[in-house]
Amino acid sequence: MSPTFDYAPAPESRDIARLQPSYQIFVDGAFRDGTGDAVKSINPADEEPLAEVTEAGPSDVDDAVRAARRAFEGPWSAMSGAERGKYLFRIARAIQERSRELAVLESLDNGKPIKESRDVDVPLAAAHFFYYAGWADKLAYAGYGPDPRPIGVCGQVIPWNFPLLMAAWKLAPALACGNTAVLKPAETTPLSALVLAEIIAEADLPPGVVNVLAGGPAVGQAIVAHDGIDKIAFTGSTEVGKIIQRTVAGTGKKLTLELGGKAANIVFEDAPLDQAVEGIVNGIFFNQGQVCCAGSRLLVQESIEDELITALQRRLATLRVGHPLDKNTDVGAINSAAQLARIRELSEVGEAEGARRWSPPCELPDRGFWFAPTLFTGVSQASRIAQEEIFGPVLSVLTFRTPDEAVAKANNTPYGLSAGVWTEKGSRILSMANRLRAGVVWANTFNRFDPTAPFGGYKESGFGREGGRHGLAGYLDV
Amino acid sequence: VTRVSAPATSELARDDATLRRFLHGLPGVDQVGAEARAASLATRSIKTTSKAWAIDTAIGMVDLTTLEGSDTPGKVRSLCAKAVRPDPSDPSVPPVAAVCVYPDLVATAVDALNGASVQVASVATAFPSGRASLPTKLRDVRDAVAAGATEIDMVIDRGAFLAGRWLQVFEEIVATKAECGDAHLKVILETGELATLDNVRRASWLALLAGADFIKTSTGKISPAATPPVALVMLEAVRDFASANGDIVGGRIGDLRGVKLAGGIRAAKEAVRYLVMVNEVAGEEWLTPKLFRFGASSLLNDLLLQRHKLATGAYDGPDYVTVD
Repeated sequence: MSPTFDYAPAPESRDIARLQPSYQIFVDGAFRDGTGDAVKSINPADEEPLAEVTEAGPSDVDDAVRAARRAFEGPWSAMSGAERGKYLFRIARAIQERSRELAVLESLDNGKPIKESRDVDVPLAAAHFFYYAGWADKLAYAGYGPDPRPIGVCGQVIPWNFPLLMAAWKLAPALACGNTAVLKPAETTPLSALVLAEIIAEADLPPGVVNVLAGGPAVGQAIVAHDGIDKIAFTGSTEVGKIIQRTVAGTGKKLTLELGGKAANIVFEDAPLDQAVEGIVNGIFFNQGQVCCAGSRLLVQESIEDELITALQRRLATLRVGHPLDKNTDVGAINSAAQLARIRELSEVGEAEGARRWSPPCELPDRGFWFAPTLFTGVSQASRIAQEEIFGPVLSVLTFRTPDEAVAKANNTPYGLSAGVWTEKGSRILSMANRLRAGVVWANTFNRFDPTAPFGGYKESGFGREGGRHGLAGYLDV
Repeated sequence: VTRVSAPATSELARDDATLRRFLHGLPGVDQVGAEARAASLATRSIKTTSKAWAIDTAIGMVDLTTLEGSDTPGKVRSLCAKAVRPDPSDPSVPPVAAVCVYPDLVATAVDALNGASVQVASVATAFPSGRASLPTKLRDVRDAVAAGATEIDMVIDRGAFLAGRWLQVFEEIVATKAECGDAHLKVILETGELATLDNVRRASWLALLAGADFIKTSTGKISPAATPPVALVMLEAVRDFASANGDIVGGRIGDLRGVKLAGGIRAAKEAVRYLVMVNEVAGEEWLTPKLFRFGASSLLNDLLLQRHKLATGAYDGPDYVTVD
């Protein structure tokens, strides 16, 4: 009998994604070719083209905004909350019904492992629609006055790391509150948002309530600068977020930004160690670390550093890096060549700065964009890899001696999106949560998301909250 | 790797307070996190060649068990025949690891197995409750070993453990181990009565420190029996024990002890999931009947049915495997 337990390939079928040869933009209730370029969306796991997408041009943005305005002033904002809720419930159910298709499509276009798109992205996207569908007829009880009004036409620009889920985070609360939307998915991952548009069309939403425009930065800029738009919601890099904030300054547009992060995952010596190891892994290797709230800085109490690093290395050796559609893959492909280049560059900086670099033995495929899970120890607070967001599967390990030092180091960053605290001591969890300047503080867990929980940042991680009752505020005239 | 750098066993086994300080110094188990980890391991998809390997490996890890008041010598002989040759029509099916019976039927099993590679395990120490005096428990062990049992499955005194009489539990295991002689000792923690995963971890370490060759989840008489989070914590215990400081139990680094899951595991699919857990939590060194067992009766039949399905593409009905 063979002494090893090799897991045979268990690939999900690519046919389930029902890939079309080409995808069109969705404006005023109809699919049509965009007036911009026709571009190929590629599979980051093998660099093969998946489908052609016609991107929006300036006139498409105008059309979409006009359609959204008509829909807002026409049927949508006048409709009762209960009626709007019915549409949202319908979308949520359709996402569930097409969950396998959406999961495979998402893994093809983004490079993330099928187990994540299947177990996290798609179910959470449906959950957000279900959750906000429930709010649609209860806005009077949300704490924003007896009859809170919608804002109007919302321009929503979303990133490539959770393409469908971010679309759900943006659209569900906007629609529940009675707004209409012009949504732009990221240039490298437009497909699932365009299939969501198909679901929305099949749900019979009035034309113009949701418009989906594929495209690059130029389309994003056109949306942000468009004077027919009342509110901008953006998730993406801090760099672009600053440009957006400058663009909308003085225009009267409302703005919410969900930007970068450099979260500290703080492990005290009395932590439940095996679960802390899982939380660290989930914190930085979930979605290849391409998560704005990733736990990219591990702050470990110095008395347990060796033990924790040994346990972490042993655990990393069991991570399965490879084909995103294999159900046993834990770590998939990096989304784009540009992102891979940035991860490589910062990792080289880490080495040059004297940190010790370690990766488990793993064979990476020849084609596609791949980066092995990487651990840097001996990182100092002054290192670039401790300060800058890498947005990849790279963990920087720092140590601390006292809770005060942990708080000081954790907060010593321009960002403030999330943090993790690991300890068996309840009082310490509460005191740390009070002192950490982060929008989300996870205790004895990490990267747990739920539509009922507000999510958002401090400082350069942005402002405004998504999810929960708080998420309504960004889409109500309050 | 446990951070608790323990003194030698003789130091630890001085009194309840010393043992308590050691056991309560072990890292805690966060139940939500442990359950999430166990659930995520269960999503591994084991297909084709790896499934075939896993099914044969699991068959070789079964302690084929009958522990009923109504057991008869005839049933035990039938069980032994099945243990040696699980599928009479297919000699490529490996034998199971052991048969597991009450002490009075050990001699029957030894006779029926007639020198085959299958071990004879016997429950002892006033199984399943463990509620008897130590001399009575030891006499139970002595009988089973004298009758030819090569493996003894003892129960710990859960009442003593839960009341904090750690030393009593420890000393009973030490005494039972001495009584076993060359027979392997499996220590049943009865995790369904231990209430928390922290207690499962402490009981695991207590048994390992006292010399258990295996730690075993359950008697099979209490529900819940083996569950994925409990198995996870016990596998972590043997893994950490193996890499802990050599000064514990005057032992050595790389002292590999086994885990036996018993009670409620009936489906081949569950068994394969547990092998995934063994592989990824303890490590592939544990994927051997020397270090991992399933205590089960009906599991073997499902493994045989799944094995046949994999080989032929067609399911057999339950009438195509033997009931005993």
